[in-house]
Amino acid sequence: MNKNITIQVCMGTGGIAAGGSEVLAAFESLMREKNIPAEFKKECSMHKVGCRGLCAKDVLVDIITDDRRTIYQYIKPEMVERIIDEHVVGGNPVSEWEVAEDYHKFHEKQVKVVLSDCGNIDPEDINAYIAVDGYKAVEKVFASMTPEEVIDIMKKSGLRGRGGAGFPTGVKWEACRKAEAGQKYIICNADEGDPGAFMDRAVIEGNPHAVIEGMVVGAYAIGASKGYVYIRAEYPLAVERLKKAIKDARERGFIGKNILGKGFDFDIKIKLGAGAFVCGEETALIASIEGQRGMPRAKPPFPVHRGLWGKPTVINNVETLANIPYIIKKGHEWFSSYGTEKSKGTKVFALTGKIKNSGLIEVPMGITLKEIIYDIGGGIENGKALKAVQTGGPSGGCITTDMLDITMDYESLARVGSIVGSGGMIVLDEDDCMVNVAKYFLQFTQSESCGKCVPCRIGTKRLLEIMDRITKGAGRQGDIELLEKLSSDIKAASLCGLGQTAPNPVLSTIKYFREEYDAHLQGKCPAKACREMLTYHIIEEFCKGCGACLRACPAGAITGEKKKPHKIAPEICIKCGACFDVCKFKAVGKE
Amino acid sequence: MKKLKITIDGKTIEVPENTTVLDAAKMADIAIPTLCHHPKLTPFGGCRLCIVEIKGIPRPVTSCTTPVSEGMEVTTSNPQIEDLRKTVLELILSDHPNDCMVCEKAGDCTLQELAYFYGIRENRFAGERRIYEKKDGNPFIERDMEKCILCGRCVKVCDEVQGVGAIDFTYRGFKSKICPPYEKDLDCEFCGQCVAVCPTGALTGKQWTMKGRQMGVKEVDTVCSYCGTGCNITLHVKDNTVVRVTSKEDTWHEGWLCIKGRFGYTFINSPDRLKRPLIRTAPEGQSSPDPLSLFKEASWNEAFDLIASKLSGIKSKHGADAIGGLSSARCTNEENYIFQKFIRAAVGTNNVDHCARL
Ligand SMILES: Cc1cc2nc3c(=O)[nH]c(=O)nc-3n(C[C@H](O)[C@H](O)[C@H](O)COP(=O)(O)O)c2cc1C
Ligand code: SF4
Ligand code: SF4
Ligand code: SF4
Ligand code: SF4
Ligand code: FES
Repeated sequence: MNKNITIQVCMGTGGIAAGGSEVLAAFESLMREKNIPAEFKKECSMHKVGCRGLCAKDVLVDIITDDRRTIYQYIKPEMVERIIDEHVVGGNPVSEWEVAEDYHKFHEKQVKVVLSDCGNIDPEDINAYIAVDGYKAVEKVFASMTPEEVIDIMKKSGLRGRGGAGFPTGVKWEACRKAEAGQKYIICNADEGDPGAFMDRAVIEGNPHAVIEGMVVGAYAIGASKGYVYIRAEYPLAVERLKKAIKDARERGFIGKNILGKGFDFDIKIKLGAGAFVCGEETALIASIEGQRGMPRAKPPFPVHRGLWGKPTVINNVETLANIPYIIKKGHEWFSSYGTEKSKGTKVFALTGKIKNSGLIEVPMGITLKEIIYDIGGGIENGKALKAVQTGGPSGGCITTDMLDITMDYESLARVGSIVGSGGMIVLDEDDCMVNVAKYFLQFTQSESCGKCVPCRIGTKRLLEIMDRITKGAGRQGDIELLEKLSSDIKAASLCGLGQTAPNPVLSTIKYFREEYDAHLQGKCPAKACREMLTYHIIEEFCKGCGACLRACPAGAITGEKKKPHKIAPEICIKCGACFDVCKFKAVGKE
Repeated sequence: MKKLKITIDGKTIEVPENTTVLDAAKMADIAIPTLCHHPKLTPFGGCRLCIVEIKGIPRPVTSCTTPVSEGMEVTTSNPQIEDLRKTVLELILSDHPNDCMVCEKAGDCTLQELAYFYGIRENRFAGERRIYEKKDGNPFIERDMEKCILCGRCVKVCDEVQGVGAIDFTYRGFKSKICPPYEKDLDCEFCGQCVAVCPTGALTGKQWTMKGRQMGVKEVDTVCSYCGTGCNITLHVKDNTVVRVTSKEDTWHEGWLCIKGRFGYTFINSPDRLKRPLIRTAPEGQSSPDPLSLFKEASWNEAFDLIASKLSGIKSKHGADAIGGLSSARCTNEENYIFQKFIRAAVGTNNVDHCARL
């Protein structure tokens, strides 16, 4: 019989969606109800953990015994009994449910700093955090460091903001430290509005105390007595865990009045955002906290000089802050040993799209894209060919297959017209139309534009209209040049980062996939993805006359007698593709 | 106050700290086009027309929001900046009814003027336009939101000057719109401050409609006679009829008016307006659907004689203290002075008061 068993159930948002709560409840009730000796039960502990990245395999369950960790994937409540019987009690892991090679390969090249404790500790238990040296950074800073020394370490570590712009954190803190004011603020930016990004959510859900600890260190360094976490209300689990963490940290004296008896006061409030992308922009975020409509304002003055309520304010991203306790504890040399000359440490990416292992990854800066796609991501789904990788979400650009050796760092990505951004990474394959992809991002930025400035509010709308007509086969000669001209004017004249970067996906796809644009102007979508440009027809020699397409067509465009080749009437066809999907004989063609 | 030395288009000038680049340029007699900026309101930075280049800053910045700093070198115009301004204007006009022919604001419209100076006829960016229904039932302010360029001036004046906050930005993206809460009808003080600052024909006076724009309209500066505040107003007169009231910014009250001063001028040409004294002829208690039938028109001398005889009668019968005088804020200081002098010296009582005390 095993001894000292820990059962960990993944209960990030992904884990919970896959049934993590039910799995944990099954473990709890079965361990209680089953006829298991009481002294054994005492040695057994079970708890939830945050996301460790590979949400596609949820529910993930770890059984940790003295000598080994067994990881199970795709666990459902009804599988729990067998795990308890055979593994927990019996000592023999259920090998057919264990994770496979791809799970291990997914983690092999990752380096976990920010996520080092995510997925290992119970995020709702402050003791679990303290047990892995949590709040040691706060203790160290208060016991033996001046604010200037803290800032010096941050500068030497080379940490740059993970919220998108990559501004050196130490330099930002120093500017705020030097600003003279009675009141200063530190704000944690947890708005995370990029479509498909969930790095910050995972960090807060998996290890909220690291973010709080980072904020306390930052507050001490700049001299702030009040902090805010601006988090979107669509993250209910993160909000709940953060609330509990703040309460627990306050009870333990890590925040609040007279922290650790050193005469420094700092407390944190949560401010819920309504989910506008633009509210992640720092000046809009400040306006939103102040109760105004979230619209950016022109800089200078910068928030470090005039921020929240007009007072000097540091705004840092969740991931930036979560790095800080580890840098303080392990030293700047350790941190800067990862990464490239100008981009230090690690970066968390949300790897999604047509990739086998999609999920959350943390990699050292400077890793190549190839390693991410093929070693970590396991390559492209369904044996298709990789076409491009879009980084930086709606503000970024695409990287083509002949650039796969590019290293992931601020400088290299900027050189090819993309950005690290907040860490979105979308893998596209041969079925993706690049014009359509750019249009998708533009739709997002246009509808999220705050409406304040003309180039962004109207300019992106016009870009979108041009992209729209191109993808519908109604593009005009000169449209590509017009897109380029308008894009560059929008970038130059917009007020905030949203407008200044919104045309990037368009420019980058024109730069690398101009032939796709040209083809659209000629009436063809090479990826066969733009619906309006397709025509569907039935290939007579393959058609068995089974009538499946006829029944599936919502427009009644298909006619034909049983066992005889059918026909699609192009003037009735609404190009929904239902016939194409339903035909078992590949007798429906699309052009 | 600390002075900073800066160079604008090669001209070196000294300006006080915290001056914006736009204001500094004004001091140097250099004009920069603006649309959303208003000197009395906090900077906005939305229209992007006032962009300039500043040495050392990689992208153009808006002069209306950027404070000067020592040694700053500013270029307010070059082909790149003018090209961007033209794009911005074209974009605005691509979402505008371009209704100048019948627009109340033509001739006094900042947008029209800029379109004229930049010679914009063709539009590279023609596309969908926002279509809105005009719906406000109030008798004062016409809101034609299709002409709105979202400069935000009305929102700020209502909040920062009037302290009302009746309107704000709503929606996002291309659909962004200025409106009262929940898109209800405007229901506010109707001071018209927003109308006064609107650079386009989006906000106009309902009473102005088709009464005359600029041609043949004379401007007459005068003082509002509604209350003792005495705001300076400018009457716009066409064919001896007041068609519009405005107020200039360089007045002691900075051009802000209230609903009465701005919109309460139609009485001037009202047929109901009393122009001569009336003496009641009908016995006390009698009424009529046509009140004028109870009176007869009289000359001023007849009226004064009647008042004098009535007052003397009361005074000799009941004493001077049986009489009281109440004067009006709509009278000038001099008139009020004479009135109290008359009550005290001629009538002989201290029973005199003024509506402003009520
Ligand atoms: C449109 C827009 C959206 C943004 N959204 C976010 C966000 O969701 N989270 C974030 O941390 N930063 C976001 N940023 C960047 C912030 O403005 C700011 O640079 C960042 O929070 C600073 O923190 P850092 O230095 O730690 O990166 C956004 C910027 C723009 C222009
Ligand atoms: S660039 Fe877009 S989001 Fe930013 S201020 Fe202008 S309109 Fe708003
Ligand atoms: S608002 Fe100005 S530009 Fe627009 S229609 Fe009226 S006069 Fe013309
Ligand atoms: S009329 Fe006055 S109170 Fe009404 S919206 Fe305009 S500025 Fe505000
Ligand atoms: S209504 Fe007039 S003042 Fe208000 S935002 Fe529109 S254009 Fe500007
Ligand atoms: S006047 Fe400066 S941005 Fe409009």
